[in-house]
Amino acid sequence: MTIADPKAPRPDQADLDKAADRPEDADQWTAKIRTAAVEALPPQRMLPDRQPAYVASWIYVFGVVTISALCVVIATGFVLAIFGPNWWHVSSTGLFVNSLHLWSVEIFMFAMVVHLWGKFFMAAWRGKRKATWISGVVVFLVSVGAAFTGYLSQQNFDSQWISTQAKDGINSTGAGAIFNVTNFGQMIMWHIVLLPLCVVALVGLHVLMVRLRGVVTPFAAKNETPGVEPGAAASEVQA
Amino acid sequence: MSADTHKKPKKFVQDRDAVAWKGRYERYDIVKEFLIALVVVAILVTGLAVVFGSPDDKPVTVRSWSTANPVDFAQTAITELDGTSGTAGYGPPYNENGTAQSIGFITPEHWLGVHHPIDTANDFVLAPLSTLPNDPEVQAAVAEYRAASSTQQAAWTAAYEKAVANATFTDGKLTVPAGDYGPVGTIVTALTSMARSGALDGALLASRQFYGTDYTKPLLFIADGQYLASLATKDHLAGDQWGMMNETGQWPGQAWLWLYTLWYQVPPANNSTNGDFQVFAIMIGLTILLALVPFIPGLRSIPRWTRVYRLIWRNHYRDVEGPGGGGTSGSPPQVEGSAPEPEPVSA
Repeated sequence: MTIADPKAPRPDQADLDKAADRPEDADQWTAKIRTAAVEALPPQRMLPDRQPAYVASWIYVFGVVTISALCVVIATGFVLAIFGPNWWHVSSTGLFVNSLHLWSVEIFMFAMVVHLWGKFFMAAWRGKRKATWISGVVVFLVSVGAAFTGYLSQQNFDSQWISTQAKDGINSTGAGAIFNVTNFGQMIMWHIVLLPLCVVALVGLHVLMVRLRGVVTPFAAKNETPGVEPGAAASEVQA
Repeated sequence: MSADTHKKPKKFVQDRDAVAWKGRYERYDIVKEFLIALVVVAILVTGLAVVFGSPDDKPVTVRSWSTANPVDFAQTAITELDGTSGTAGYGPPYNENGTAQSIGFITPEHWLGVHHPIDTANDFVLAPLSTLPNDPEVQAAVAEYRAASSTQQAAWTAAYEKAVANATFTDGKLTVPAGDYGPVGTIVTALTSMARSGALDGALLASRQFYGTDYTKPLLFIADGQYLASLATKDHLAGDQWGMMNETGQWPGQAWLWLYTLWYQVPPANNSTNGDFQVFAIMIGLTILLALVPFIPGLRSIPRWTRVYRLIWRNHYRDVEGPGGGGTSGSPPQVEGSAPEPEPVSA
C-alpha cells in the first residue's frame, strides 16, 4: 500500500485545473466570468507589492485607516448584536463595547472625510476613475445613513430627540412614508442588516475599482508634457 | 485594420485625463500596512473608549414627563384632543390635517400620502382611557365626549385649553380654573393620572402585538410637549443650536452633518414653513454636484487651481522638478507612446 503525498494535487483537482483552459468551455458563463475577472484583476494587481514612487504621502493612509476603522465598527457591532439592544444599557461591559463602537464610528467617518477631500484635491477621478470617485461618494452617503440609524437605535434620550427632529426632514421628502425614523424596530434592522451590508459591499467594490485602475498619477510637473496613462488611452482619450 | 485606429485622439484635458507614469515603482507591502493600521486604530479606539466612554442618558417616558411636569402634560393632552397639537396638524404621513411641505409644485410628502395614520384625539387620549374599564366616571366622560357634536366638543376643548393655561399641580392633583368644559376636565385629569402611573406608555404603543417595537405614537406625543424640548435645549441639541450634529453632554455627535445643519441656521430655511424640504433639496443638489464633479468643467478644475496637490505630492514634484524646478532626478512621466513601457508590477 502506498501513501499518497499530501502535498501533491488531488487527481480530481488536477482535472479541474486543466478544465479551466478547455476551449470547448469558452462559451460557458462560469468560464467567461472567471477569465474576465482574472484578466481584469490578476493577482499582481489585486495585491500589488509595488506602487509608483509618488504614492508616498500621508494622505494615502486615510483610505486604509477608513477600512481599518470599518473593521472595528463591524467587530464591535457584532458583539453588541450578540447580546441584543438592551445589554449595553444595563452592563458596564456592554457600555464599554458601545463606547468602542461609537469611537470607531467617529474615526471611520473622520478618516473617510479626509480621504474623500484628499482625493478631491488630487482630482482622483482622472484617467477612467470617474466611477471610482462616484462609488466613494456613495459609500460616504450610505455610511452617513448607517451612522444615523445607529443614533436612532440607541434607545435613549439622544435617539428620542434625533428621531423626533429628523422626522420632519425625512417626511418632507416623502421618504417618511416608508422610512419611519420613530419606529425603533425598523431603524435597528436598517442599522444592523441593510446598511452595513451596503457599506461593506460598496467599500469592496470601491477597493476593486482602485485596484483595477491603480492610484491616479500626479498632475504634470512644470517640466513635463502632459500625456495619458497606459491603459486609459483607448476609451478615455480616444474619441 | 480596426475602426478604432481611425479615431482621432481626443484632446488631453488635465482635469479629466491622467499623466502617463513612466517613473519608478517602490516596494509597498499593502497587507502589512493594513494590519498596522488596524492595530493602531484598535488601540486608538480603545484609548478613547477608556478615557471618554459614551453617553447614555435615560429616555423620557410619558410617565417621567407627566411626573416631572404634569401641567405641561395636561396642556399638551388638550391640544391632542382638540386637534391643535403639532402631530394633530402635521399632515402626511400621519394625517391630512396639515399642509405638506413643497417647493413650487413639488410636494412629495403630499404625493406619498398618509402611511402611519394618527388621530391624536382618539389614539392619544380617548382610546387609552377606554382601556380603564373599572372607572365608570371616566368611561361616562369619554362616552359623553364621543356622543357630542363637533361644535360642542370644540366649545368644551376651547374653554378647557384656556383654563389649563393657568393650571397648577399640587398634592398629586391637577387643579384647573372652573369653566364650562363638560367632560373634558375629567378626561384630561384621568389621562394625567394614567400617564403618571405608567399605564399610558404601554397603551400608546403603535403595535397591539405582545412584542412591540414601533414607538411612533408615544414619541410624537412626548415631542408635542415642551418638556422634551426643554431637556434638549439644556443639552445644546435644539435645532437653532446645531442640534442634529450634537450629542448629549460633551461627546462628539454626527459632526459630518454640519453642512446639513448649517442650512437650518440661515434663510430661507430658518424662517420658512417649507424649511425642511428646502434643506433637503439643497443637500440633494450639493450631493449630486459632488458625485458628478468629474463631469463638470470648472468644478473639476478646482483641485488644479488650488494647487493643494502640490503639497500632497511634494516629494514627487521635488524629485521631478529638482531644487531649481528643472531637475529630472526621478524618472519623469512622458507622453504616452514616446517612452518605454513602465516597470511591471511584480508579484
